Amino acid sequence: MTDLLDPIPLLPLPPATFHILLALSDVDRHGYGIIQDVSARTNGELKLSAGTLYRSIQRMLEQGLIAETADRPEPELDDERRRYYRITPFGQDVARAEARRLVGLVELARVSGFVTGSA
Amino acid sequence: MLYSALLYLLPASFRGEYGTEMRAVYVRRRRDVDSIFGWIALWLETLADLIVTAVQAHWDVLRQDLGHTFRTLRHSPGFTFTVIAVTALGVGATTAAFSITDHVLIRPLPLPDSERLVALWEKVPNYSQMEASPANYRDWKRMSSVFEYMGAYRGLAVNLSGDGPPVYLEGSSMTAEVFRLLGVKPALGRVFSAEDDRTGAAGTVILSDTLWRSRFGADPTVLNRKILFDGKPYIVIGVMRADFYFPRREVALWTAMRFEESDFEDRNNNYVNVIAKLPPGTTATQALAQMNVVALQLEKQYPRENAHVSVGVEGLRDDVSNGAKILLYALVAASLCLLLITCTNLANLLLARGMVRRKEIAVRTALGAGRERLVRQLLTESLLLALAGGTIGIILAVAAAPLLAKLVPNSLPIAEIPAVDFRVLGFAALITTLTGVGFGTLPALRNARAGVAGLQEGSRSGVGGRRERLRGLLVVGQVTSSVVLLICCGLLIRALWRIESTNPGFQSEGVLTMRTSLPMPKYEATAKRAQFYNQVLAGVQALPGVSGAAYTSSIPIVWRGGVLPVSVDGKLQDPTELERASMRVVTPGYFKTMAVPLLAGRDVSESDTLQTLPVAVVSESFVHRYWPKDDPLGRHFHFVEIERTVVGVVGDVRVRGLERTSEPQVYLPYKQQKDAWYTWYAPKDLALRISGDPSSVMPAIRRIVATADPEQPISDVQSLSDIVHSDSAPRAVQVRVLGGFALLAFLLAGVGIHGLLSFAVSSRAQEIGVRIAIGAESRNIFAMVLREGAVLCAAGVVLGLALAYAAAVSMQSVLAGVKPADPPTFIAGICLAALMTFAGSLLPALRAIRVDPIAVIRNE
Repeated sequence: MTDLLDPIPLLPLPPATFHILLALSDVDRHGYGIIQDVSARTNGELKLSAGTLYRSIQRMLEQGLIAETADRPEPELDDERRRYYRITPFGQDVARAEARRLVGLVELARVSGFVTGSA
Repeated sequence: MLYSALLYLLPASFRGEYGTEMRAVYVRRRRDVDSIFGWIALWLETLADLIVTAVQAHWDVLRQDLGHTFRTLRHSPGFTFTVIAVTALGVGATTAAFSITDHVLIRPLPLPDSERLVALWEKVPNYSQMEASPANYRDWKRMSSVFEYMGAYRGLAVNLSGDGPPVYLEGSSMTAEVFRLLGVKPALGRVFSAEDDRTGAAGTVILSDTLWRSRFGADPTVLNRKILFDGKPYIVIGVMRADFYFPRREVALWTAMRFEESDFEDRNNNYVNVIAKLPPGTTATQALAQMNVVALQLEKQYPRENAHVSVGVEGLRDDVSNGAKILLYALVAASLCLLLITCTNLANLLLARGMVRRKEIAVRTALGAGRERLVRQLLTESLLLALAGGTIGIILAVAAAPLLAKLVPNSLPIAEIPAVDFRVLGFAALITTLTGVGFGTLPALRNARAGVAGLQEGSRSGVGGRRERLRGLLVVGQVTSSVVLLICCGLLIRALWRIESTNPGFQSEGVLTMRTSLPMPKYEATAKRAQFYNQVLAGVQALPGVSGAAYTSSIPIVWRGGVLPVSVDGKLQDPTELERASMRVVTPGYFKTMAVPLLAGRDVSESDTLQTLPVAVVSESFVHRYWPKDDPLGRHFHFVEIERTVVGVVGDVRVRGLERTSEPQVYLPYKQQKDAWYTWYAPKDLALRISGDPSSVMPAIRRIVATADPEQPISDVQSLSDIVHSDSAPRAVQVRVLGGFALLAFLLAGVGIHGLLSFAVSSRAQEIGVRIAIGAESRNIFAMVLREGAVLCAAGVVLGLALAYAAAVSMQSVLAGVKPADPPTFIAGICLAALMTFAGSLLPALRAIRVDPIAVIRNE
């Protein structure tokens, strides 16, 4: 298992992983919920397939980025087949580190004149 | 539903974890679909996703398992080394045996449409495969309609002179049809056309790749060059490719075969090989049916010459002697036996290791690894080990291939050493995988089943009982296989000894032989040949250490043919009993040189000439056949055209090699050979008896021959002992290989017994400790362990003896008269098995009596 204190070895994150972390940043979600949230955030540009999603989830669980949660929503909204995932503090660290990395990258691009218009 | 079925593409662990949810996602998505196009798009996307995910997920698992395997194996280098080495031996042996057998017996000949090529033979009583006479060949060709083409060829020996020292070359002369029906293209130039067969056409020759490279430096401008064979000019019209070996490997050149009218006169002078190509869809059996009709017509037409002459039609592929086939099959069977032993031994090793790893496996099970996941992990481990072993095994097999070359009969137009190609590698890969799965599956299933039970204290005996029974069975299997191998190998060794101790009829030690094949028509005149022989023999006999020298048509075993019909006292023989004798033309002193005993009368002499009475020296069996009770000297018999008188009787010689009884022999004096008469029999092999190092006289002999005829090459210099040994060389090689297999099997079985008993002793240390504590004597403990080994051994031996007998019966024809139930061999097999069991049980038994009862009981 990855050293819980150091997010750096995991970077850069695969895009799907980063999106899943973003989807879980505010609330616990089940698999299909993640797919819908990612799709909504990207205006429908990124539709995670079931395979990609669950392979990512499997790896993220192993890496300790997310955890399965026993907290369930209100019974009338719940489906007992669903499993809910929650971002871990380490997951948050990693998402932040990845975001910093991306910002740094964009800064570099800006210096090189590749980024036009307002940020 | 379909989606659920497709989920089975995923690794079971992944499916178990996420399958339900993936299905749920799929269901939600399907719900959103509102058109047939949407549905198709969803399915295409889903299918692609599942396949990609499956590959990735399997790869993830494999990577994990490999990582785990590497870590575990690094911690047990002894185990790893043993498994890899044992697998390498098993796979190597099987691959080597397969590649040679495939090469000789299975793979199509390296000729286009080779399955349609057949050889045609004359069949007479006692001889199932005789060359045809030119006249019969011509009639077969004329009267049959079942073949696409029919052609003929014969052996050819020429002296190549000019451009460097003269060399003796063996080749083949063939009619134009032969190249056409073989369907091969030359590397350079062209093959023969009907024009080349015409009487009076310029001589043409096609070179083998070897000759082209060795003699002409691979010169591409060699075409149309004139070269001299036996002093006659031939024009080079082509060069064949390196992989063309027809009719035999040794062939260095091909010339066109021409028949003169005179060649068709003697229907009993059989010297041409006939080959034909069947049209697609026609079988050799159908062709044979027509040829039988043709043969009957010819017999009616030529009742005297063709009496009882029928025709044999046989696929060219099948021209492998039964003995060679059986030896190869035995080799394959032996290698499979060895592979089986390898697998059982490894399975046992893994089972034992599984016991050691119970704790680890139990912990992993407790942490949530499913059984499927564990089995997969364990199988990955065994497959990885098998792969490593298999790779080394293939390298071993390739390295060993030249050692097996002696098992490739030279009657087939194939390379001497089997090529390592995809076919062989594919087989090796298959064997490796089977080995890995074979030795890995059972232990993996068993070990994974143990599960969490391994964490409980004192759980040992519960699982161990069944497992030990299984391991016991595996050991019995090993003992059985090794007993079968040992006994078969023993029988073949006995057969080899018997053959090697066969008296060839001459003393081979101290005899050097070589060939000076005199070219015709230059040496057609008997007087001219006599001059050559006398000059060479006089020179050679004057050399230091030479106590005898003589010329003969051919050294025994080197040429086994040359048998001709005999009739006695003018009586017409019963044609079904057509009796033949082997004919050799010799110079005086031949019997003394070869140490063939002269039993009565005299040797041929210089005074036996065409002006004197035709005489012959015959062998003992000849006398036995015709005049068993009378004095043979002075008797007459009709042989090769004329009446001859017996002047001497000598011992029998194994002309046809050590394994076969030869026809009786007739020796004719060299000066009674008429000019240009049966020139094939003109003496060409020189034998000399010499004390000391034979190689020291070779320079002198070369000078002597060069003085007699500067254009005369010397070839085939070899000792008579080597010739005799080469006769049993394929057997010797085979016995050595089988012996190696048997030895390995034997050792592995011993290791198997040792492993099983060691494990039994250590897992029952407590019981043994208690027994010792309550007063059991060391003697009894020792006997108890030995008894366990003995029971396994006895079961294996009983089974092994039965199987070995069955195997021996099936290969009786190569046992050279050794009985399939040869008592000494079987007893030796039993003793060896007992010895092996004792050796394998000894250490565990000693360990058992050294068990310290106090330590064991305290441990519990």
